[in-house]
Amino acid sequence: MKCPECDADLSIPVDAAVGEIISCGDCGADYEISKKDGSTIEIKEAETVGEDWGE
Amino acid sequence: MSKFSIVFDRLRTEEKMLQKEAVELGHEASLIDAKITQINTSSQIQDFDFGNIVLERCVSYYRGLYFTACLEFLDIPVINEFNVSTICGNKLLTSMILKKNNIPTPKTYFSFSGDAAQENLGKIGYPVVIKPIIGSWGRNVMPLKDKDTADAIIEQREITDGPLDRIFYLQEMVDRPPRDIRVITIGDKAVTAMYRKSSDSFKTNIALGAEPEICDITNEMEDLCAKASKAVGGGILGVDLMEDKEKGLVVHEVNNTVEFKGLVKVANINIPKEMIEFAVNSIRK
Ligand SMILES: Nc1ncnc2c1ncn2[C@@H]1O[C@H](COP(=O)(O)OP(=O)(O)O)[C@@H](O)[C@H]1O
Ligand SMILES: [Mg+2]
Ligand SMILES: [Zn+2]
Repeated sequence: MKCPECDADLSIPVDAAVGEIISCGDCGADYEISKKDGSTIEIKEAETVGEDWGE
Repeated sequence: MSKFSIVFDRLRTEEKMLQKEAVELGHEASLIDAKITQINTSSQIQDFDFGNIVLERCVSYYRGLYFTACLEFLDIPVINEFNVSTICGNKLLTSMILKKNNIPTPKTYFSFSGDAAQENLGKIGYPVVIKPIIGSWGRNVMPLKDKDTADAIIEQREITDGPLDRIFYLQEMVDRPPRDIRVITIGDKAVTAMYRKSSDSFKTNIALGAEPEICDITNEMEDLCAKASKAVGGGILGVDLMEDKEKGLVVHEVNNTVEFKGLVKVANINIPKEMIEFAVNSIRK
């Protein structure tokens, strides 16, 4: 899969689960895995850190 | 076998560890993304796959809090309860509840306008610590060493002008070693603890790079943490303590959606396992 931002190859670990965040090694953009069906994977732009984030 | 769920908005190591542990213990744990879940006033518990109890693990505080309100509306028990999250997510409410329950906590001042905060600072002097009443990971927690810094910070608040920016939470600076203590409590019991050491920052949050180091739980810590947990309403919590050179241990906050990926590295107990067992035992019989 290609990074929608910079077109670099995204490396997605095989055990990655829906909801997990992956980062583009080239441009640093964050994506959330939104669907996973066998080998078809869909990603969406991850949310940016909010002011109310944390424990 | 029990069936329960873990509600998340960003799947982190912690949520994955919790689910893995649940499966290993023979339970059925579904991961539910709060961001794509729809709930309405006619929703019924059967419309969803939440099981008998929910571990609420959203990284966004408000999302987790209001999602919890919806779950409780559906009569699903949640760890932690809405009332617990309300208190723990809010430093002003937490400080007051700790004090009311005779738990040693740093002296904290509340002002409700920039002018009042400045007037108070003129009286109490420096250094003091200013904190947003809602926030985590040390965000905007700042030591104020002199009037110039204080004026700048207060002016900044007037510019951002968020609804909570008019509430000023000023706390005495605790004279302590360059570390604090994080204790995880499960059902009012301290189960594991770490020192969080910071060599180059005033703040000792793991999220900011502080180093975890195992800390033995003393009787005093166990007692303080049990009291702090009970005071806020119990559940799975992260109690933060500082070692005040004069007053001894003080509790400065209680965290609601406790992170533990730093602590698992040094802990000698299986943290996610303890959490899952507690959740399962909390299912209404
Ligand atoms: N009153 C204080 N005196 C000295 N250090 C403090 C004080 N309050 C907070 N700190 C330091 O700042 C860190 C973050 O403050 P805390 O109140 O825990 O906010 P957060 O919820 O963002 O973690 C603490 O872990 C501690 O290292
Ligand atoms: Mg803290
Ligand atoms: Zn990229």
